[in-house]
Amino acid sequence: MTAPIDSITGRYVYFDIEGRPHRVYFEESGAGIPLICLHTAGSDATQFRHLLTDVEIAKQFRVIAFDMPWHGKSLPPVGYHNEEYRLTTDLYDATISAFCDALDLDRPVLMGCSMGGRIVLHMADAHADAFRAVIGIEGSDHQAPWYDRDWLHRPDVHGGEVCAALISGLVAPQSPQEYRWETLWGYLSSGPGIFKGDLHFYRADSDYRDRVARIDTSRCPVYLMTGEYDFSCTPEDTIRTAKKIGIEAVIMEEVGHFPMSENPDQFRKYLMPVLAEIAGR
Amino acid sequence: MLDHLPDIVNANEPLVRRGRFFSCTFLVGIGATDWLIKISNGRVASATSGPHLMQSWQFSIRAPEDAWVAFWEPKPRPGFHDIFAMTKSGTAVIAGDLHPLMANLRYVKEVLESLRNQAADA
Repeated sequence: MTAPIDSITGRYVYFDIEGRPHRVYFEESGAGIPLICLHTAGSDATQFRHLLTDVEIAKQFRVIAFDMPWHGKSLPPVGYHNEEYRLTTDLYDATISAFCDALDLDRPVLMGCSMGGRIVLHMADAHADAFRAVIGIEGSDHQAPWYDRDWLHRPDVHGGEVCAALISGLVAPQSPQEYRWETLWGYLSSGPGIFKGDLHFYRADSDYRDRVARIDTSRCPVYLMTGEYDFSCTPEDTIRTAKKIGIEAVIMEEVGHFPMSENPDQFRKYLMPVLAEIAGR
Repeated sequence: MLDHLPDIVNANEPLVRRGRFFSCTFLVGIGATDWLIKISNGRVASATSGPHLMQSWQFSIRAPEDAWVAFWEPKPRPGFHDIFAMTKSGTAVIAGDLHPLMANLRYVKEVLESLRNQAADA
């Protein structure tokens, strides 16, 4: 064998979420402190492929990224064909908690982007002792909407095309074209109505503005990092949230809403000091 | 400001191909000047500045001239790098029948952004 092969192992794990059986796809690499990565709304864990192949990170962290049910290679639950997919705080919490239990992870670090950056705040509040730390990328306690979700899933507009075209502006102009289009592929290839269903959580069921101040960072440290080109979760949204929690927000230059996939080298500059701090605790 | 739009877009074969099912007239407002953009099967048939007397269009995108200038920078600064960044901040306003826009969103955004690439090549 002479062709390059990524140092990633992909497998499927079976467990129940809110009483329903699921088969969830996850990828992992490295050894050490478990670091769970949560993808953005309407995409999948491919977004973390650069992190999963980072030799330095793999020395200290067991990096694990899973496709949420209905996303990527994780199937929707049996009976999905008569349902409207709608993610909620409770369902997202149940999914993450069940995944951690299924893999028997010991106080993992929980890192998520966008909607993943929102739920980590809930998890730090609701399950402070279950996590070593949480990292919210493009995360905040709330943000203002900027389009009507009904455009995302209707028969006379192609769902994948419109989702990708909408969010394309959230990628920074400086990000390499290769990674810009790889990031957009996640949206182009998403299942029908899945981005919209994720946004139910993001827009309608995760206003944490009155909750984040009570997060006990002595039990569960919180890190928030946002790209300067993100007009969805803006740097102002993140800074406001960080102030309430009592931490410093990291604002990343020349990246947008998808740091880990749109410009992995730039993201790495900001992430490595955070991971080093967590590993040193 | 949009005089060269037909030449730029029509010379971009992948962009014309992506718009092959799209024919529409839309309005781009640059400050006080309205430009009517007529698209025919992915080609820009014409781009003409106003005043337009009794002309119909399906949707409009309007912003102040300095905002469009910032938008067309090769590497625009945050907030001026995307039409929705500009609408969220209130800098730009989109109106009219949004269906042809949303059904062909990548195409329309790339038509508008093609002037940015032109600046980068200059």
